[in-house]
Amino acid sequence: MNQLHEPSPPVAAAPQSEEGASSSSGGATPAGPWELLLFVAGQSPKSVMAYANLRKACDHYLPGRYNIELIDLTRAGQAALAKQYQVVAIPTLIRTQPDPQKRIIGSLSDLQRLVTDLELGSPLHTPPTPS
Amino acid sequence: MHVHSPDEKLTPHHLVKAPTGIKGFDEITFGGLPAGRPTLVCGAAGCGKSLFAAEFLVRGIREFGENGVLITFEETPIDIVTNVDSLGFDIPALVNDGKLALDHVVVDRQQMDENGEYDLEGLFVRLAHAVESVGAKRVVLDTIETLFSGFSNQAILRAELRRLFDWLKNRGLTTVITGERGDGALTRQGLEEYVSDCVVLLDHRVVGQISTRRMRVVKYRGSAHSTNEFPFLIDSEGMSVLPITGASMDYDVSDKRIPSGIPALDEMLDGGYYEGSCILLTGSSGTGKSTLAAHLAEKTCVEGKRCLYFSFEESPKQIVRNMRSVGRDLQPHVDSGRLQIASSRPTAFGLEMHLVKMHKAIEQFAPDVVVVDPISNLNTAATSDESTQMLLRLVDILRAKGITTFLISLSHSGSAQETSGENLSSMVDTWLLVRDVENYGERNRVLYVLKSRGMQHSNQLREFLITKDGVNLVPAYLGSEGVLTGSARLAQQQRETVAAIVESDLQRMNRLKLEQKKRALDAQIEVLRAEHLAAQEELERLGSDQRARDKAVETDAAAMNLSRNRQ
Repeated sequence: MNQLHEPSPPVAAAPQSEEGASSSSGGATPAGPWELLLFVAGQSPKSVMAYANLRKACDHYLPGRYNIELIDLTRAGQAALAKQYQVVAIPTLIRTQPDPQKRIIGSLSDLQRLVTDLELGSPLHTPPTPS
Repeated sequence: MHVHSPDEKLTPHHLVKAPTGIKGFDEITFGGLPAGRPTLVCGAAGCGKSLFAAEFLVRGIREFGENGVLITFEETPIDIVTNVDSLGFDIPALVNDGKLALDHVVVDRQQMDENGEYDLEGLFVRLAHAVESVGAKRVVLDTIETLFSGFSNQAILRAELRRLFDWLKNRGLTTVITGERGDGALTRQGLEEYVSDCVVLLDHRVVGQISTRRMRVVKYRGSAHSTNEFPFLIDSEGMSVLPITGASMDYDVSDKRIPSGIPALDEMLDGGYYEGSCILLTGSSGTGKSTLAAHLAEKTCVEGKRCLYFSFEESPKQIVRNMRSVGRDLQPHVDSGRLQIASSRPTAFGLEMHLVKMHKAIEQFAPDVVVVDPISNLNTAATSDESTQMLLRLVDILRAKGITTFLISLSHSGSAQETSGENLSSMVDTWLLVRDVENYGERNRVLYVLKSRGMQHSNQLREFLITKDGVNLVPAYLGSEGVLTGSARLAQQQRETVAAIVESDLQRMNRLKLEQKKRALDAQIEVLRAEHLAAQEELERLGSDQRARDKAVETDAAAMNLSRNRQ
């Protein structure tokens, strides 16, 4: 649970070989690094769960090719970001890369759905077990 | 369980109120909204909820030094700025001065997936941030119900709203929450369940194709408030609510008289109308009612006072032109600003709106005399009952301000003369009646004072003449066939003049006769007196002869005696 208090740790990203790949091709894994913003407020169980589930799914489908920026709105200076990103519900996950932007709210407890909604990979791919 | 400790005491706690600065609203709520608590303002689309909320914030900043936060859920900040700009509310300036914080909350369900549990902490964070950034005391959430369409989990939403209102209350923020009116309920989502302190309902009703905005304080926990519906107006200065039935009866009365502009009428009224009283003039059409009002208006202006003339029949220019034809030149007074003629069509808006507009005009112009010409036309904007009520309120307001009110009512020919169409008789102090009298092939006007409270007034009919120099009143003649007016009166006058001449001739002759008789008698007296004198002299003469004779006899007798003795 400590990770919530740490500034968003950029997960070691693999060097990129391809550029400009689109994400929209259903199921195809995009080439660029994924940029994910996860808005949380303090260490609420929902926030902790959302972070863990997101990590799990990304590690499974995008090993080394994603960045999760964890934004704790209760921290000094972070509140303005809520307005900037139109965050109302907590937790809110925003995929800024690849296009198009996607937004998911909630504790992300349904991993299968998370994979589908984020278009992380083929639904046929064996999904990770929820934490 | 909460256990009372012995030293815990209940302390008296007074409800503090936050004035809104909205004209009239603070009066009907006796001070404004509950300070530090949420208030629900609900109503159908287009009823003015958002405007109420915006004015509450802007006036709070400008007039009461309380900074504010405006969270919008539907309109973008640009919309808001545009909407209230026409009211003279410069939102960008307030934002730049750090007095107002705006946040537009967008929740688009189409662009968002839900997965697992969530709460609305993000909204709390944004609200807290906005409040802290300007040190706000007032918050507006407009319209928070939009959230219900943005999230599928209603249970979470309701719990979060409850938490939000508690949060606002705990921070002591005076909050206005707007809500759309639902079917059979105050709001679609039942927000009134959460906001229990104060609920204000706005309404926009169309009756007979005329729309009127109304407001009612449905609930105000811990405070007295007027439960009536109040009309309100949105114009270039924002909202104004008219606390019509709030007018009380404890106004001052004046002993001063104000001239009616017609000396003969002043004489009938023992000196003129009372200042601050209500005068009703009824009459059928074409009886010169407006002319009488113009006299009052002109006289008021000549005396340096101010007159506000509401006309529901003629335009200002028409009135000025028509009154010039009877020698009342109102134009100089219009130019000098002492006289204001406000014309409007009775059907232009609802009755309440008329009242609000009149009230506003009275507030702004601060007149000494108000003329309403005619009140009967307002019936076309409402039922008779409603217009009576409205006039009662108007008279109450004017009375409380000590403004003399001159109401003109058109009575329809055929209806009883002693009733005004509006059943106003009980509320007027002086009631003048102008009536047509038809005789000898003419139609003439007579005026009389039907009643006049608190003054000795004439009980006589006067003939009401409209000349090119204005109105004049002449005593009417009472003949064997009733009241004589017009040429009948002139004929009567002539007859009386002739009769007077004849009369004086007769008298002169009588006098001459008597004088002659007196002179004759005097002559007789002279004659008698002379005879009397003559008789007197005769008598005296007879007396002196006798004495001489007696003396001679005596002398003769003595001589005889003497001679006899010598012999």
